[in-house]
Amino acid sequence: MTELLGDGMARIDMGGVSKAISVALVENVAVGDFVVVHVGYALSKIDAEEAERTLALLREAASMETP
Amino acid sequence: MKYVDEYRDPELAKGVAATIAAEVDAARGYRFMEFCGGHTHAISRYGVEDMLPRNVAMIHGPGCPVCVLPVGRIDDAIRLASDPRVTLCTYADLMRVPASRGASLLKARAAGADIRMVYSTLDALRIAEAEPEREVVFLAIGFETTTPPTALAIKQAKAKALRNFSVFCNHVLTPVAMRAILAGESDEATALDGIVGPAHVSTVIGARPYEFVANEYGKPVVISGFEPLDVMQSILMLVRQINEGRCAVENQYVRAVTRDGNARAQREMDEVFELQESFEWRGLGMVPYSALRLAEAFAAFDAEKRFGIHTVAAADNPACECGAILRGAKKPTDCRLFGTLCSPETPMGSCMVSSEGSCAAHYAYGRFRDRSRARMERAAS
Amino acid sequence: MSLVMKPVRRKLDTRNGRVDLSHGSGGRAMAHLIADIFHDAFDNDWLRRNDDQASLDAQDGRLVMTTDGYVVSPLFFPGGDIGSLSVHGTINDIAMAGATPKYLSASFIIEEGFALGDLKRIAQSMGDASRAAGVPIVAGDTKVVERGKADGVFISTAGVGVLPDGLSLSSDKARPGDAVLISGSMGDHGVAIMSRRENLEFGVELLSDSAALHGLTAAMVGAAGGALRVMRDPTRGGLAAALNEIAHQSNVGFSIAEESVPVKPQVAAACEFLGLDPLYVANEGKLMAICAPEAADVLLDAMRAHPLGLEAALIGHVVEDERNFVEMTTRFGGGRIVDWLSGEQLPRIC
Repeated sequence: MTELLGDGMARIDMGGVSKAISVALVENVAVGDFVVVHVGYALSKIDAEEAERTLALLREAASMETP
Repeated sequence: MKYVDEYRDPELAKGVAATIAAEVDAARGYRFMEFCGGHTHAISRYGVEDMLPRNVAMIHGPGCPVCVLPVGRIDDAIRLASDPRVTLCTYADLMRVPASRGASLLKARAAGADIRMVYSTLDALRIAEAEPEREVVFLAIGFETTTPPTALAIKQAKAKALRNFSVFCNHVLTPVAMRAILAGESDEATALDGIVGPAHVSTVIGARPYEFVANEYGKPVVISGFEPLDVMQSILMLVRQINEGRCAVENQYVRAVTRDGNARAQREMDEVFELQESFEWRGLGMVPYSALRLAEAFAAFDAEKRFGIHTVAAADNPACECGAILRGAKKPTDCRLFGTLCSPETPMGSCMVSSEGSCAAHYAYGRFRDRSRARMERAAS
Repeated sequence: MSLVMKPVRRKLDTRNGRVDLSHGSGGRAMAHLIADIFHDAFDNDWLRRNDDQASLDAQDGRLVMTTDGYVVSPLFFPGGDIGSLSVHGTINDIAMAGATPKYLSASFIIEEGFALGDLKRIAQSMGDASRAAGVPIVAGDTKVVERGKADGVFISTAGVGVLPDGLSLSSDKARPGDAVLISGSMGDHGVAIMSRRENLEFGVELLSDSAALHGLTAAMVGAAGGALRVMRDPTRGGLAAALNEIAHQSNVGFSIAEESVPVKPQVAAACEFLGLDPLYVANEGKLMAICAPEAADVLLDAMRAHPLGLEAALIGHVVEDERNFVEMTTRFGGGRIVDWLSGEQLPRIC
């Protein structure tokens, strides 16, 4: 989320592509948040802590020794 | 791209693949259905099936709104668009879906119908505002991911008193469809062992609605993120549940999905839509309370009422196996038409048109599989 | 001394003026249009003669000829316009044969009402591109059609070039074992175009890669002439279309590694957004070359030494395959085929 545009819209940046999308379906979004976007609407925020936890689990799963 | 690239890491992929291979019980098979079309596409596009052990089979489910839209409704849309007053706005995926008598929205457009491809309902609203002399109809399809956006568009239209905007509603519901698949399982051989739950739909409806799958049907569900590593991790989680004799709804996509989902989005859906008593699904037939229509308060924006649409059910080509394929009962290669009469250039059924359809995915990405598997096995040894 | 009355010739109003049907009628108005807009931009001896044809010198070697139509929308896009695109594209068709482009012709079908200012911009851009490439536009034609019968302007071109003896590149010459190289990042042009299209507006700092490749191909022919089998510029349909076409023409298959195909991050992001695959997106300043395996290193070095080939890469090999599949190992590790594009690559919703 790079900019709140008012009227339920916001500007997001994804890898250098910027687009104005609707944030009317998510509560309390702020600049710097990451969101899941679909057909021009943000559907939910991405929880950074949970994302990290998932990656940690993935790394753990990837490094298990073959029994 | 943050929160995207990390979940596509090939090194991690190899590791997770090795773990799955180590943990599967060689004495049995595992049949998992990935319900969501987006997952079908991700699996094909990244070649995830290549990284799974032979006894893990992925069955492609009906979570592809383009695939399950019955022919009769597309015929309706084409008829609507052929009305010279109408500007039909649609998501691009629907343009090439074959309707009755070889028609399609793309062909209708070539014949002069005002059909515009949009990325979002916001675009359709903009067109309605910019062209007040046109009757703008938005062709709404999709599961619970696209439904809240449609709800918001209708509310906005009401707030702005846009008299030239209406919606032709074909929104369908995921948990009901899942139940229809599970209830329809008759054959032990094709029975599912678990389900990979949809990503975006779950951000909206949450994890709770899938609990009936574990409680009533005894199959584990793992809600998975979109990226290929998410899918692999979810498959690992399903394998573990089965091996350990557990049966629950687990959430792999914790970074975006909660148990209760997006309350605001759900409120919008509840306000604008109500359940339809029954709706015909391509492949699943009539499923009660599986689809939505506009609530009374928004009837003015219901294209079906405005244009007097009465859907006539249209049959699929008798040799087309889309139905069985959508249910996961058959594979694309089981269909006589696959690769011969039915191909991406000349699709006979919707499974071939949508890039998330099983047949399109297999045709575009997977036809080489057996030979490539052999080559990879040789390379590994 | 006779007094010859000559009507005052007003210069074309390129600020506010529009093309009207008189500009295509063959009369004075058309002559003025051609002079003020086209001759002004393309200026060369042939055009100055104002003949209906250009007389050209005989060439040493076989002749190569191509023709193309340009209907791009929007007409002006980041990194170019329909004019520069038409010059580059035609030159590239000649260059892909390994030939030296010598002459171009351009015919314009202009819609009534088209802004003269825009026409001048396009002509200037073509003149600039032609001069920079050293390939003159020696003949042209202009027609004006009623409002609504052409999308602004359509440009049709022809190009003529010379092929040195001994060089014979063709789509049916790929052989199992041959190396497949590309000159740089894929998908730039298509994404630059889409960033301006209606309903798909997004701000992305990305220019079309539209460029004339004959300098690059000359360097490549110089470095590995006899070992070159095919060269192809992956325009509509992208790299995937080019590979599939050659697979069928040569009756072979391909084995490609996705991670070796350069894609700019913004192109990847835009494709992500729209549900597109960069392999299917058009390029207008890139080429693909297939060569004998032993020449791959030399060829790659020659490409990387040229400004238009800095990111050149070896992306795979030709294999035996009677099914003519283009097989690819994905970045992720699994395999898939890269099939023909069916219809327009339409963005997904779900």
